[in-house]
Amino acid sequence: MPQRINIDRVFHALGDPTRRALVEKLSEGPMSVSRLAAPLAITLAAVVQHLQILERSGLVHTEKAGRVRTCRIEPNALSEVEQWFADRRSMWARKLDALGEFLAEEEKN
Amino acid sequence: MNPTVTHSTFTIERRYSATPERVFAAFADPAKKRRWFAERNQRTAEFEMDFQVGGRERTKSELGPDTPFPGVAITNDTVYQDIAANRRIVFAYTMTLGDRRISASLATVELLPSDTGAVLIFTEQGAFFEGSDGPKMRQEGWNGILDGLNAEVE
Repeated sequence: MPQRINIDRVFHALGDPTRRALVEKLSEGPMSVSRLAAPLAITLAAVVQHLQILERSGLVHTEKAGRVRTCRIEPNALSEVEQWFADRRSMWARKLDALGEFLAEEEKN
Repeated sequence: MNPTVTHSTFTIERRYSATPERVFAAFADPAKKRRWFAERNQRTAEFEMDFQVGGRERTKSELGPDTPFPGVAITNDTVYQDIAANRRIVFAYTMTLGDRRISASLATVELLPSDTGAVLIFTEQGAFFEGSDGPKMRQEGWNGILDGLNAEVE
């Protein structure tokens, strides 16, 4: 069950360059924690901590199968946030449609 | 970190069966503007406006349950820059999500008479602090958002 996105947690999660690097890496596809950690110049333990923050924000999902913990991007979370940020144009499109409805109602009255 | 800002311009055109005078009045009259701009389809906690050059307007709303951030406040702070009755309104505005400033824009509303009423051309020239610049951002994908977020969160 995907977590509900929490704006403060998302901003906090993405406010760190290492966590952004993890998200960028995971956007290529799911991978194990150790493979994710390999190119980074930090300890595995630090990577796990970063992943916990990303998981709590709802941006990343991790799952343990046997000994291997696999991480993946929560696609709904990403597209929800992306959609939200991209929304300025549609915000005005909706406002101007509302203006049209208002003008039509005004005409009737 | 290198803070980044994304700049973007977009235009929206709408045709209304009302005259330019009536469309202009819907922007100029606070009671009318409140109805279509502030209160339609959203919960607004605060709306005040002073429709004159240099005058300010503030709309503070709560994001609805269908948004990713239900209950979070979104605030539009506007300063009117130029007003030509029935023809043009230019305003600068910022958007603030919670307590984070997410964009600053210059918006121009132009009204032209048409055979059937009015044509409205809305143009926005914006600086988007977290990388939100509409369709272009979608093309650039997540890296753009993540880079752009630096300006906000660092």
